[in-house]
Amino acid sequence: MTAASEIETAALWRAEGRRVAVATVVATWGSSPRPVGSQMAIDGDGRMVGSVSGGCIEGAVVHEAMQTMADGEHRMLDFGVSDEMAWEVGLACGGRVQVYVEPVE
Amino acid sequence: MKAALLDRLLAAKRAKQPLAMVTDLGTGQQTLVFPDAVHGQAGLEGALLDEVRRRLRLDLSGIVETPDHRIFVHVHNPPLRMVVVGAVHIAQPLVRMAVVAGYDVTVVDPRAAFASEERFPGVALSNDWPDEAMTALAPDARTAVVTLTHDPKLDDPALIVALRSPAFYVGALGSRKTHARRVERLSAEGLTAAEIARIHGPVGLAIDAVTPAEIAVSILGQVTQVLRRRAEDDGP
Repeated sequence: MTAASEIETAALWRAEGRRVAVATVVATWGSSPRPVGSQMAIDGDGRMVGSVSGGCIEGAVVHEAMQTMADGEHRMLDFGVSDEMAWEVGLACGGRVQVYVEPVE
Repeated sequence: MKAALLDRLLAAKRAKQPLAMVTDLGTGQQTLVFPDAVHGQAGLEGALLDEVRRRLRLDLSGIVETPDHRIFVHVHNPPLRMVVVGAVHIAQPLVRMAVVAGYDVTVVDPRAAFASEERFPGVALSNDWPDEAMTALAPDARTAVVTLTHDPKLDDPALIVALRSPAFYVGALGSRKTHARRVERLSAEGLTAAEIARIHGPVGLAIDAVTPAEIAVSILGQVTQVLRRRAEDDGP
């Protein structure tokens, strides 16, 4: 009696023949809503399960995940208020979070 | 992430084996590190492998940097466990909430009318006597034990095993008066004052809970507090 994890869902989607990427919080600074190790699975249609923030950056992560599925390259995303708006999407809480996005091959 | 490696990771998780997925953030190469084995692409050895296993023991995911590598260690430990002794009314909301919070829950009650599949659908149930059930379950440092029967015949044998185990939380339902009598009985059974002091009794945070669901919130709140404060104490 436990909920399916994001990576279980990723494996299921993959087995169904969909393209899949996994995003993982690898580092946090200051106040951030989800701890290191939190994950999201994203498929080629933009469907997602799990979360890497309180909802602030998931849209941007899905966008990058689509790129990752297209080119097969892993990427490191950096979200925060201190990065000179390199990303238009930031964390309202003032924290910073690094998210690693990788394709499931 | 290679699908084959992901399948292996998921199989280990299903078998409740502790392991860490290690990702080289430069190359993207990944390795699974078990307490006694290593599988994968990146050659991990020496001090770096020791550091990964230290983090596995501490349940501590995070980035490790060396002059040559920047790696992410993602610890996948088996779920936290909760053993609930007493398949009473309060156990019903407590079990459901604990499952949502990520615990693997077992309910122990030798009274089959209480610990029934009908009252606890989908939950592991044991109708063994509490000391036998607890000995078989072998609480570890990732296990919480909560006794709810307030019947000494059932609670005390479970508490005696729990207090001599590394369980991170031991709580016992009952009023201050009930708890004072419990302390006397456990002392007479030979438990030390330090062992008995580990009991959270009366159980739960003081939030003036009234209904079974509210009492379950106060218990799960206290279990969470003990778990996370301990993690801070042992942190990096």
